[in-house]
Amino acid sequence: MALVTMREALNQALREEMLRDDNVFLMGEEVAEYQGAYKVTKGLLEELGPKRVIDTPITELGFAGLGVGAAMVGLRPIVEFMTFNFSILATDQIINSAAKMLYMSGGQFKIPIVFRGPGGSAFQVSSQHSQALESWYAYFPGLKVVMPSTPADAKGLLKASIRDDDPVIFIEQERMYGIKGEVSDDPDFVIPLGVADIKREGTDATIIARSLMVPVALKAAEALEKQGVSCEVIDPRTIRPLDINTIIESVKKTNRVVIAEESHPFCGVAAEIGAEINERAFDYLDAPVKRVSGADVPMPYAKNLEDLAIPSVDQIVAAVREVAYMD
Amino acid sequence: MAPRKTATVSSRKTSAKPANKASNGGPVADFTRDEELKAYREMLLIRRFEEKAGQLYGMGFIGGFCHLYIGQEAVGVGSISAIRKDDYVLASYREHGLALAKGMTARSIMAELFGKATGCSKGKGGSMHMFDKELGFLGGHAIVGGQIPLATGVAFAAKYKGTDQVALCFFGEAAVNQGAFHESLNMAQLWKVPCIYICENNRYGMGTSLERAMSSHDISQKSCAYDIAAEFVDGMDVLAVREATMRAVERARKDSLPTLLEVRTYRFMGHSMSDPGNYRTRAEIERHQERDPLKLFSASLMEEGILTDEQFKEIEAQVKDQVEKAVKFAEESPLPDPKELYTDVYATPLDAHRN
Repeated sequence: MALVTMREALNQALREEMLRDDNVFLMGEEVAEYQGAYKVTKGLLEELGPKRVIDTPITELGFAGLGVGAAMVGLRPIVEFMTFNFSILATDQIINSAAKMLYMSGGQFKIPIVFRGPGGSAFQVSSQHSQALESWYAYFPGLKVVMPSTPADAKGLLKASIRDDDPVIFIEQERMYGIKGEVSDDPDFVIPLGVADIKREGTDATIIARSLMVPVALKAAEALEKQGVSCEVIDPRTIRPLDINTIIESVKKTNRVVIAEESHPFCGVAAEIGAEINERAFDYLDAPVKRVSGADVPMPYAKNLEDLAIPSVDQIVAAVREVAYMD
Repeated sequence: MAPRKTATVSSRKTSAKPANKASNGGPVADFTRDEELKAYREMLLIRRFEEKAGQLYGMGFIGGFCHLYIGQEAVGVGSISAIRKDDYVLASYREHGLALAKGMTARSIMAELFGKATGCSKGKGGSMHMFDKELGFLGGHAIVGGQIPLATGVAFAAKYKGTDQVALCFFGEAAVNQGAFHESLNMAQLWKVPCIYICENNRYGMGTSLERAMSSHDISQKSCAYDIAAEFVDGMDVLAVREATMRAVERARKDSLPTLLEVRTYRFMGHSMSDPGNYRTRAEIERHQERDPLKLFSASLMEEGILTDEQFKEIEAQVKDQVEKAVKFAEESPLPDPKELYTDVYATPLDAHRN
């Protein structure tokens, strides 16, 4: 175990999996000579060479599709989007090719590919560079969607994603690359997809949070502890497959639920989880499921407005107090 | 600047058998008599298969969209005759003929059109998504131009793995207006991948003519932007297509370089089965039908004494029988089991992750 940043943990996962399997290669904008726009791919070109670590032109649709084609015939590409905002250009290949190939070929062509990069809000880069797209990708059968919130999860889940035989959308939070945590250096440290993690145990209310909202929810839980409310914080870690069972077990225990997310509320992941809870555990609820989502607006530039657009500790505390009928 | 041909006038006359050299000094189109007959048989099979498919579509046996290859047979047969069995083919949604040329059976394709469990994609793909992993037929892709980056990746993988396989990528001229085409050609030449881009220029993207859709009509010229080797070739002449493809294949196999081939052809049928056809005249279609690739090839084979009247009739009867057997097979095959609805979504199903 060692204390490393999220960035370093991801780098370790990439390096270890590329050393483990020659069919794994990495491509994307500035991943090689520049060492990665966010330095996640630092040192990989030097160690693994230009055949395995490939700088692409700015041509997202093209290299995403090239990756899918390579995956059709046995390679295991890791395609980095400098940010997931740019994946929007590549959605035809991600959705129409990667997600559907196995099905429409009657099971003949699996697509073992990872599309990864930073997503969610960044720091004051305005609307086109600051958005959460997980609900888009999670919508499509054929894709898996992973969102780690700690360095250890990032490493273990990225390794699992690279080893997975299906297309995986792996969204790293742009603000979280510098956070530190203990991470295993065992080359076989893998966290299976589809298993939620209880980040904090509690008895009075369940807060479901992912990615950037996990540390925010944990802070809210600390504050609520002082107010006499014991919160359980669940991080699904993967949106698809969603570990609904762990969530439902928690709901049955606490009977109150808040779902925090930085994405827009409309047709979002929280809406889906809320619907699942209503269908599976309605009788256990003592209050309606409450969502705390990002503002339903394009991300603004001004610092004060940006802060208002992203859910805060205070908003989560207020939501838990609301479902606990404390006010 | 990569080599670029401005014209190919190859035909039987310029590559007379036994051909030692094609007209341009490129590799030899060393077709044996048997291979020529086989090519003719394949072209006829495609023609009769597609005619039958059109008929069955009209009768309600085939659903969805159905894009026929009639008129373009020389393109698929000529080019695929120039590659090996372990090479790859990727295509658009107008791919029944290409699937046949790659060696897929009429039965498996017809059954797929019928949406049957015995179809090449288990009835899940239909007309626009034919696949055969064993035979290197990698779809059947239904977003215009979507297969172009995929084929580039397939060729990239061949180079990465150090095999000398090549990929043929078929698309219509309308796909050239998509970004995917330009992004792919740029990467292909930048990274030197063995992909052969075969633009089947049939002059119409659905009902919109080339002239109404493209500011510069010379498709092979688009190669200049990417410094990629290119030729244009008469798509009604199966031997010319074969020769041009052979040159491209050699470039791909030996030097790992891509090529853009513009193959000028014409579709005799509508874009799909629901085409009103009001964007072109009967006279225009008839003018192109005078150069029907099947008629040109059979006449040439007869002139050379490779095909006799008797063989001509015999092949016709055999092909007809093959198509009828395919239809019978499709009709008698079972529908997919309802359980198949939920299979093949994931290689590792979501539920498996929870164990």
